[in-house]
Amino acid sequence: MAQEKNMAVPQLLSNVELVKQGAEARVYRTEFLGKPTIVKERFPKRYRHPVLDQKLTHRRTVQEVRSILRCRRAGISAPVVYFVDYMSHCIFLEEVVGSLTVCDHIASTQQSESCQDQELEWLAQRVGQILAKMHDEDVIHGDLTTSNMLLRRGPEDPESNLVLIDFGLSYISALPEDKGVDLYVLEKAFLSTHPNTEALFEKLLKSYTASSKKSSAVIKKLDEVRLRGRKRSMVG
Amino acid sequence: MTVVIGFEGSANKIGIGIIRDGEVLSNPRRTYITPPGQGFMPSDTARHHRAVILTVLKEALEQAGLKPADIDCVAYTKGPGMGAPLVTVALVARTVSQLWGKPLLGVNHCIGHIEMGRLITKANNPTVLYVSGGNTQVIAYSERRYRIFGETIDIAVGNCLDRFARVIKISNDPSPGYNIEQMAKKGSQYVELPYTVKGMDVSFSGILSYIEEAAHKMLSSGQCTAEDLCFSLQETVFSMLVEITERAMAHCGSQEVLIVGGVGCNLRLQEMMGVMCKERGAKLFATDERFCIDNGAMIAQAGWEMFRSGQVTELEDSWITQRYRTDEVQVTWRD
Repeated sequence: MAQEKNMAVPQLLSNVELVKQGAEARVYRTEFLGKPTIVKERFPKRYRHPVLDQKLTHRRTVQEVRSILRCRRAGISAPVVYFVDYMSHCIFLEEVVGSLTVCDHIASTQQSESCQDQELEWLAQRVGQILAKMHDEDVIHGDLTTSNMLLRRGPEDPESNLVLIDFGLSYISALPEDKGVDLYVLEKAFLSTHPNTEALFEKLLKSYTASSKKSSAVIKKLDEVRLRGRKRSMVG
Repeated sequence: MTVVIGFEGSANKIGIGIIRDGEVLSNPRRTYITPPGQGFMPSDTARHHRAVILTVLKEALEQAGLKPADIDCVAYTKGPGMGAPLVTVALVARTVSQLWGKPLLGVNHCIGHIEMGRLITKANNPTVLYVSGGNTQVIAYSERRYRIFGETIDIAVGNCLDRFARVIKISNDPSPGYNIEQMAKKGSQYVELPYTVKGMDVSFSGILSYIEEAAHKMLSSGQCTAEDLCFSLQETVFSMLVEITERAMAHCGSQEVLIVGGVGCNLRLQEMMGVMCKERGAKLFATDERFCIDNGAMIAQAGWEMFRSGQVTELEDSWITQRYRTDEVQVTWRD
């Protein structure tokens, strides 16, 4: 009986559509209780030691669910968690239907000629506001990139349009150091993915600063971490 | 035909290599090896380089069967690296460039590693993991730059390994990393160590502090052996490196990985990366110690690309810099 239960989720996944293999997990699309659903399966990574793999996989599944709930409680858009199976390390999440990643949105807006500046500035401001709100809840995302933010299209008000995803590396911390590193990770991913967007990222930080009460300590740490970064290229 | 001679000496290796249109004609090298428990200091390293550089230069020309007149361009490492050794090598490069009447070219050390890796493995447009004593970066090319997607936020992975070797007095001959790799093969017990990944970035200073603190206690109480520690350290830090490489690949949609830099010749790292690549249908490219570890030919190869695209460095601009990021270089030789 127990054996059967353990196999239920893997069996289900063998029949559904594999959307992509990310760095962390395989992502499937299916229906769960009649709703469009994304299943994130953290399969064993055979390159790493089994003890380490088991520890990381379990911790990240727990952290992901925990942080999503915390964000949603604070009014930050993140996918609804429908179901979690800790045996097979699968999370069943709401599929954000009709969405595209901020990454793709920036790339396509940069390519089209017309009125791109205003459009992207608005987006940068929104991202800054939402990250400020998330950090005020002491949620550290851990893997902020433009691929991990979705834009939900539709007639809804702009407030709910930006959805944060992929909380696998997230954790709870009130330290300005951790929040500063979170922004540093985003800065590097942002600027390396989208060439010539320094001014845009400045806008994002400005909006973050204006939206969070605790931002001054975080920005100070961000500057510190950047300097640490400089040292890194000292020796070949 | 274009023949470029490359001078490299940014850390404890001094190497001079000659490249003719993608063919390595010669690539001699010397390493400054310190006693167990000690690192290499800039001034001592520079003294070592000064003592051997002319011998290495002579070897490079003799092995290639070339005379100075056959050389078209003199490339040298402009940075990043240790100041004193860089100055020493740049001075010799400047001198021979004027003696021979050949143009000079200052090369970014990291770009040298990448271009050498691309030449040897024929990888076309890979995600690059650059791991050495001073650098840990995940790099991908776009729009005329090698862009850094992930990197260490404190010390380099090679630095972490070297300093661990000093703590338990592992020999520096031929290199601490090589000896750790051999000892790790005899380790079996996995000791849990801190694991720090931040998106596509990593941190090693916490692991080093932890193991510096705990190593002697664990060894003297018989809790584990030195081999177990080597094994566990490698398994942990290499897992972190494979993870951020995979994350960068997923982020960029890339299906090729190239490993370069001194730590890149570690076979366990290559094996782990290979497993990851197989799981996602990607291809792994790696080289051996001749080209992974700092050498002259890599500077010659990057110099060859730059020279062919029309770059030269004027004498008054032929300075060196300890800080020179990979993404500062405008890549004029790729589309």
